[in-house]
Amino acid sequence: MATIELRQVEKKFGQLHAVKPMDLTIHNGEFVVLLGPSGCGKTTTLRMISGLEAVTGGHIYLDGRDVTWLHPSERDIAFVFQFFALYPHMNVLDNIRFPLQAQRVPRAEAEKRVSEIVKMLQIEHLLHLRPGSLSGGDRQRVALARALVRRPAAFLMDEPLGALDADLRESMRAEIKRLHIAHNATTVYVTHDQLEAMALGDRIVVMSAAEIQQVGSPAEVYYKPANLFVARFIGSPGMNLISGRYADGVVYLPGDNRYAVPESWRAPLTQSLKDGEVIIGFRPESARITENGALAARVYASDMHGAFNMIHLVLGDETNVVNVRVDRWVTYALDTPVRFDIDPEGVRFFDPRSEKALRRGGAQ
Amino acid sequence: MGRFEEVGPRSPIAESIRVDLVHPRARLGVTIRAIVAIVIVAIMLFPVIWLSLTTIKTRPDAVAVPPKFIPYFPDGLLSDWCMVPQLNKNGTPKLDKEGNPVLKERPVCFDVTLEGIVGLFFERRTLTPAQQKQYMESPDFGWADRILLKRGLVITGPSDFVNRFRNSLIIAGTSTVLAVAFGLLAAYAFSRWDIKGKPDFLFFILSTRMLPPVVVTIPIFLMYRQLGIYDTHIGMIMLYTVFNLSLSVWLLKGFLDEIPKEYEEAALVDGYSRMQAFRKVVLPQAATGIAATTVFCLIFAWNEYAFSLMLTSDVARTMPPSIASTQGAGGLEWAIIATASMLFLIPVVVITFALRQHLLRGVTFGAIRQ
Repeated sequence: MATIELRQVEKKFGQLHAVKPMDLTIHNGEFVVLLGPSGCGKTTTLRMISGLEAVTGGHIYLDGRDVTWLHPSERDIAFVFQFFALYPHMNVLDNIRFPLQAQRVPRAEAEKRVSEIVKMLQIEHLLHLRPGSLSGGDRQRVALARALVRRPAAFLMDEPLGALDADLRESMRAEIKRLHIAHNATTVYVTHDQLEAMALGDRIVVMSAAEIQQVGSPAEVYYKPANLFVARFIGSPGMNLISGRYADGVVYLPGDNRYAVPESWRAPLTQSLKDGEVIIGFRPESARITENGALAARVYASDMHGAFNMIHLVLGDETNVVNVRVDRWVTYALDTPVRFDIDPEGVRFFDPRSEKALRRGGAQ
Repeated sequence: MGRFEEVGPRSPIAESIRVDLVHPRARLGVTIRAIVAIVIVAIMLFPVIWLSLTTIKTRPDAVAVPPKFIPYFPDGLLSDWCMVPQLNKNGTPKLDKEGNPVLKERPVCFDVTLEGIVGLFFERRTLTPAQQKQYMESPDFGWADRILLKRGLVITGPSDFVNRFRNSLIIAGTSTVLAVAFGLLAAYAFSRWDIKGKPDFLFFILSTRMLPPVVVTIPIFLMYRQLGIYDTHIGMIMLYTVFNLSLSVWLLKGFLDEIPKEYEEAALVDGYSRMQAFRKVVLPQAATGIAATTVFCLIFAWNEYAFSLMLTSDVARTMPPSIASTQGAGGLEWAIIATASMLFLIPVVVITFALRQHLLRGVTFGAIRQ
């Protein structure tokens, strides 16, 4: 088990930054998810931690030991690849044993560890098959077994569920979570799937454009996005964002709407906004359609989601669409005028220039 | 309405197959293709069959017109059919003094002899008829001698065939192993690392194949004489290795490119060095490519004629020029040449056959992805 520290770690491909200088500490036993759209540098970061990619600058520490220029084989780190990278010319047993042979683990000890792992992952019946004949889920289990059997200081996983079918992905997600709870091993997990990140991570590192956008618990990145990118990226659909103009405790929104800003937000808004331009944000579940709601809108579309319905409302013209979550029996005809309220606890404000979220002083 | 709806398949389809493949027209197509394939196979096999028949012919039979193609053993296999009674002008069978019918060979039949095979392994000298008679009566000669004595030849010592064959095995074998080994290392480097000027290097390697090798025979001959490696095994091994390298680098690079780099990366983080990862993970997966490359290199080095002729005289001479220069006293010994050629085929056939599973995927690689 180990603490991983990145100090000003950066990666350039030519003049292009794949990862801009970043600082990140992953604590002992923590499950950290690097989340971001493709090309945001999350996989490069993971590969730099493993040593498969040399850093351009900065230092990587493992338990205080500088491993920046150590050979991948000397870092005591296990890597789970997106396409599993099971050696096709070896059977499952040899695949799982392979890392132990490198470490010269005595035979008896190796046998014991392998049998423990295969029992835990329930792959005993597959030991003499070649990876090519396994299903996706079983391949994933074998890949996990190969990583776990070494008892490494840390696990790095690069979209390990990305190659699986949707339903299998959910059950494997639960398996990975249980494995992490059982072993409490430091894990860095890369994904572009925010549901996966929310479900698995103790902390989520949201990355975009080669930079860290926000580091926080799943609840933090969901309810308190640090900037517009995180607000849009996390959640499906993302946060509702409407541009408006703030003056004297009121945000003027499209469609002649006036939103009375909750008391606690007035001071920060007054202080931070120079010209009053503001973006107001709220999650679909933070809005409620009521007869006497403060904001007027018109029903644009409505989707059935099973457990609930999602109503798309337009404020003013059709460029300002907000999603509102309602109970599954609530439906509206298209173009029905409705009114809705925003839960004062769920509302967030962003500065459209810096794209950053505004913060309330003290308790949020 | 198309013809197929009218006709339909003769029996219900209980296998996974495309509709157009069970169409009656497709069936006809299959038949035609099968016939064409059989004809091609027959054309390809004919020289080999003819060669193997020639190995057991006498010198006159080998060049007989019309050609003879049915072997028989006197008083043995097929002799009943091949020996027919000679007829008198009035149509009655001709009888000898003792009243037995006189037999005559059918023109397509020839009698099996081991002359060619024995002749290949030994040097021979022609005897006068008196000597021949005298030797035939001597008990000192073994079965091999007797075969040649019948032709009026006597064995004077072993021929250089065994030596030449061994030279071919050593030179072709070693140069193939070296070409594939060096080729693998170079191809791996080209496949996995960003080498400055990689396309230029690869082009340069390929360009060594662009001019016909014969063009450089004289400079190479002069260099070899100067270096003292004329007519040496090492000289020929070096030459064939270098000629094969361009092919092996290019072929193997193609195969290595197909192996995802994640496998080695997995081995690296699993605690192996780069070389160990190469040996334990990359090599087994490149087996197909290695097999295909080995066969191509082997065939080139095994068959190479011109350089062997130019750069060797005796010590390191390989089979191809030796076969061509096999001559008997007064005329070509076709049986000996055929036997030498047949033996010459064996190693390549054996290797190709041993590696056939890999080859099938190897020569079609790129066309079929797993």
